Amino acid sequence: MDGGAAELRETHRLTGHADRAWSLAWNPNPGPGAGPVLASCGGDKTVRIWKRAPDGVWDCSDVLDGVHERTVRSCAWSPDGKLLATASFDGTTAIWEYSGGDFECVATLEGHDNEVKSVSWSQSGSLLATCSRDKAVWIWEVQPGNEHECVAVLQGHTQDVKMVQWHPVLSVLVSVSYDNTIRVWADDGDDDWHCVQTLTEADNGGHSSTVWSVSFNQKGDRMVTCSDDCTLKIWDTSVDLSQPTTGEGHESWRHLSTLSGHHGRTIFSAHWSSEDVIASGAGDDAICLYAEEKSTMVEGPLYRLILKKEKAHDMDVNCVRWCPQDPRVLASASDDGTVKLWELRGNVLE
Amino acid sequence: MELINANPVIHEKRERRIRQAPENIDENAPEAIDQLEIFDHIRDIKDPEHPYSLEDLNVVNEDSVEINDELSHVRVTFTPTVEHCSMATIIGLCLRVKLMRSLPPRYKVDIRLTPGSHATEAAVNKQLSDKERVAAALENSNLLDIVEECLSPTLG
Repeated sequence: MDGGAAELRETHRLTGHADRAWSLAWNPNPGPGAGPVLASCGGDKTVRIWKRAPDGVWDCSDVLDGVHERTVRSCAWSPDGKLLATASFDGTTAIWEYSGGDFECVATLEGHDNEVKSVSWSQSGSLLATCSRDKAVWIWEVQPGNEHECVAVLQGHTQDVKMVQWHPVLSVLVSVSYDNTIRVWADDGDDDWHCVQTLTEADNGGHSSTVWSVSFNQKGDRMVTCSDDCTLKIWDTSVDLSQPTTGEGHESWRHLSTLSGHHGRTIFSAHWSSEDVIASGAGDDAICLYAEEKSTMVEGPLYRLILKKEKAHDMDVNCVRWCPQDPRVLASASDDGTVKLWELRGNVLE
Repeated sequence: MELINANPVIHEKRERRIRQAPENIDENAPEAIDQLEIFDHIRDIKDPEHPYSLEDLNVVNEDSVEINDELSHVRVTFTPTVEHCSMATIIGLCLRVKLMRSLPPRYKVDIRLTPGSHATEAAVNKQLSDKERVAAALENSNLLDIVEECLSPTLG
């Protein structure tokens, strides 16, 4: 590779969580003139908000506590950046609003039988999805006055649902599970939600153990999943993304590529950057980066490892997230309780 | 409550050896942890339904412990007293918690059933290796009470 080999350099170490850091979310819309804002959550039952001061120093500006009684497993900002949703092992999802210089819990969504593991906002911000150890995925409609009405309870997974993620363009939701499958859910245009596709090992070249995480590329024609089977899988769809409302072809995801042999233990997180670099974080304490090999298109698309950062953390890496405002900045969260910021340097896409 | 295994076989305890201090002590080197040291951490865990230790019941023995100190990897393989033992998950959880509290955080610990020792071996192994489920279980006060009871130092 010319232009300098790719390098992932640790730039900041954010400490404060008193237990493992489970999950991260960059605010997609921090407001005019504001620098990047990152939320992290973890086993200490808190959420921390991290901001970059004008002098480049990162500080914890807010600690959101006193609402969740157990681990805060994941968090997600609304597309307008004004609300933060947090999913907890206490069975609830909380909605926080920043007003008057403070984060205030403005709603608590109850309904799951036990641990809520993931929460995701639809691209318009009008729907929320949550999933739980109770095997169900719930879809909530965001209504005026911080009211949330459950509009669908999606049954289909036979075990815990680990993560839910809305498609960036389509009205499609993807869920991944301890039952080793990936499910694609779509509404039939009549607000009736159905499972339109189930991706399994036997039928689709899917995963052979728990699927922990899913992430879409920016365009929405590909997604990556990662698993306890120590692989990442790339999926693509032939759905017409210019006609997002027709609901046609939502069941069209097919296996494109499997990335294996890079992580030695469970891969907990995968995230696709707007510059098409995929990051993964795993139980082997490492972070790996991958990109598409464009030069071998005759044989079809192929993804390859760009670099592996061994010992990225002292313990398991639970979450990796690219910064939407700066696609060369990656955040990672670990069992060691720290959140780290990394800068990707050098030539990665040649 | 009816016991899962009303009449467990009690095995003779292994003699406790005094470990030799290694020669050529380098004070800066991290202290290596060996099989026996790990066995010492888990041998006295109390069985969830009997007043015996896991060693007494031969649920674990020294050979249950595999260690690669260089890779900071520990694997403990345990054998429930009966093959449909519903306590297998609790025993596995006790082993995990005890090692989590005893070993430096750099260790990766895997807890597994002895192959062929349990009717739902794959399901129990999968549950014990899912750290999210383990974390959630340990936030459940009823389960945590059972684990703490098994780990309380009343035997040995």
